[in-house]
Amino acid sequence: MNPRYLPLLATIAIFILAYALCYSQYPNMLSTRVVGNLLTDNAYLGIAAIGMTFVILTGGIDLSIGSVIAFTGVFIAVLLANTSMHPLSVFALALLISTCFGALMGGIIHTLEMPPFIVTLAGMFLARGMAFVLSTESIPITHDFYDTLQDVFFRVPGKGRLTLIGIIMIVTVIVGVVLAHRTRFGSYVYALGGGLPAAKLMGVPVARTTVCVYALSGFMAGLSGIVFSMYTSAGYSLAAVGVELDAIAAVVIGGTLLTGGSGFMIGTLIGVLIMGLIQTYIIFDGTLSSWWTKIVIGGLLFTFILLQRGLVWVTSRARI
Amino acid sequence: MMNRLHPALRRILPQLITLVVVLGCNVLVFPDFFKIEMSNGRLYGSIIDILNRGAPVALLAIGMTLVIATKGIDLSVGAVMAICGAVAAAAVAGGSDVATAVVLALCAGIVCGLWNGFLVAVLNIQPIVATLILMVAGRGVAQLITEGVILTFTNEGLIFLGSGSLMALPMPFLIWLGFGVMTAIVVRKTALGLLIEAVGINLRASTLSGVRGNVLIVAVYAISGLCAATAGIIVAADIKGADANNAGLWLELDAILAVVIGGTSLLGGRFTLAGSLIGAMIIQSINTGILLSGFPPEFNLIIKAFIILVILIIQSPIVQSVLFAMRMPPDLSNDDAEPVEGGSARDRDASAQKEGMAP
Repeated sequence: MNPRYLPLLATIAIFILAYALCYSQYPNMLSTRVVGNLLTDNAYLGIAAIGMTFVILTGGIDLSIGSVIAFTGVFIAVLLANTSMHPLSVFALALLISTCFGALMGGIIHTLEMPPFIVTLAGMFLARGMAFVLSTESIPITHDFYDTLQDVFFRVPGKGRLTLIGIIMIVTVIVGVVLAHRTRFGSYVYALGGGLPAAKLMGVPVARTTVCVYALSGFMAGLSGIVFSMYTSAGYSLAAVGVELDAIAAVVIGGTLLTGGSGFMIGTLIGVLIMGLIQTYIIFDGTLSSWWTKIVIGGLLFTFILLQRGLVWVTSRARI
Repeated sequence: MMNRLHPALRRILPQLITLVVVLGCNVLVFPDFFKIEMSNGRLYGSIIDILNRGAPVALLAIGMTLVIATKGIDLSVGAVMAICGAVAAAAVAGGSDVATAVVLALCAGIVCGLWNGFLVAVLNIQPIVATLILMVAGRGVAQLITEGVILTFTNEGLIFLGSGSLMALPMPFLIWLGFGVMTAIVVRKTALGLLIEAVGINLRASTLSGVRGNVLIVAVYAISGLCAATAGIIVAADIKGADANNAGLWLELDAILAVVIGGTSLLGGRFTLAGSLIGAMIIQSINTGILLSGFPPEFNLIIKAFIILVILIIQSPIVQSVLFAMRMPPDLSNDDAEPVEGGSARDRDASAQKEGMAP
């Protein structure tokens, strides 16, 4: 078997094992209602993590997504409160801004040859600062269209609800899978993560791919911001602090190599679901504090990084 | 004129100019900025405030400089601050004296640093990822120690470290200054600094030439943990309590920013401690200036973003090569005392260090 699939298989195995453990303690965990909520509650994180997966596959990192989510939320709330624009056109505008913002960061990373870490750190400050400038208070969103959107859901057997934002996340994952594994852009992304000199020699348009990847991440962060505003019905500049770390953790737990070049979109989805599962378990239990989530996620991160190191070591020895 | 300055001073000249400009802006918006008064045997004033409030970032920047010089990064310092603050608070709340509490907290910081160093040096994990683990899990551990509440304490000795004063100067300032001077002496008056830079430039080459690179890497992360522990104690002592959620939140980013403003390259291989400390003071001066000017503090982040952008542009290879081309003067041949700026800066630093190293 191709060792590339091993981290993905490990992720899936851990997810199934964790779910089985939860199920043995609380049989209700397997109800469609819990599964539906798992998708709804983690929709914004999942969407952002898909964008992050593309960035990490090229060997980069995007620290700005949490701030972009907050900015998009505040932007939408402010526009809806002060103008008579239709939410759909506000969404389009928000996505345009976040995509351009990502593209700009990609452009800076490429032309200035600077580490993505520090460029997107500046982006993180800038987006959060702009959100603060728009409003420091939490602005409620009360628009009829929002109520309509929030009422869109499919009833699945067992009283579960597949909400619109859950559906958006699933669609995003599918688009991500197709984009990564079935298009030319996807192979450019993997090539770039495999090594810059090699990618250049193969004729990968490095500049375009870099800009596109960060633009895509910006777009996903914007979409995630829209979903987040639907989820919370408000725009708040202090929202979504640290989501970038959760997204990175989800990507790593999903089996994507942080050095780039190897990983699967579907793994990221499972990574997000594992993190959601830990939180759901803690809510079900009721006696555990929420900070156990952080410790468990830290432990999982460590396990997966160790697993990846082991794999790299084994495959490099096999080649010799 | 430039070449009459001491090389060390010339190297941090851009940072000093930035600091003066920022302070100048502060005077414009707040004429009494430089006013210092004495009351209750202690100095008060905006400048003193900057030196005092900048202590956590300055302390973190010392450790971060060394880590970045080895081509690493330490994202966990904020979480380590929370852990160590919690350890100190829990120790005094449990009835032990100040010295024991401080020693326990410092040990906790060193253990965190050793863990990071172990992941980076022994398991060969990328520094960003390796320290991310503790960044994510660390606050959970701190919550575990404080048992989910803000652990307050009334121990006079510990509070003194955060808000007391010695010789009319605030303790936090004296602590970071002492720490900075000590570290600078240790790394620059011995070969240690040179070896750290060597590891940052090429770990494999320096290992092959007999430098124990892995030991050095573990050591710099341990020092970073120690700095974070000290910063954590100061922050906890300042608010008379350990707040596991908010102590040191996002300070790792400020510390990295201070190091980058200070002129240390994120690509490793050269560092300046004085620059990083000035960088920390620049950040604090901007914070204080914005507060004094009556601007909403929200603008802080935007200004920081633009500062990073400007520094990135200046440090970028393209601009560097343009500057290098511009500074290739025709009088290169007759001015042999002045090496060409930019390209040979590293050689000059290296020779400066060698002078310092000589017994």
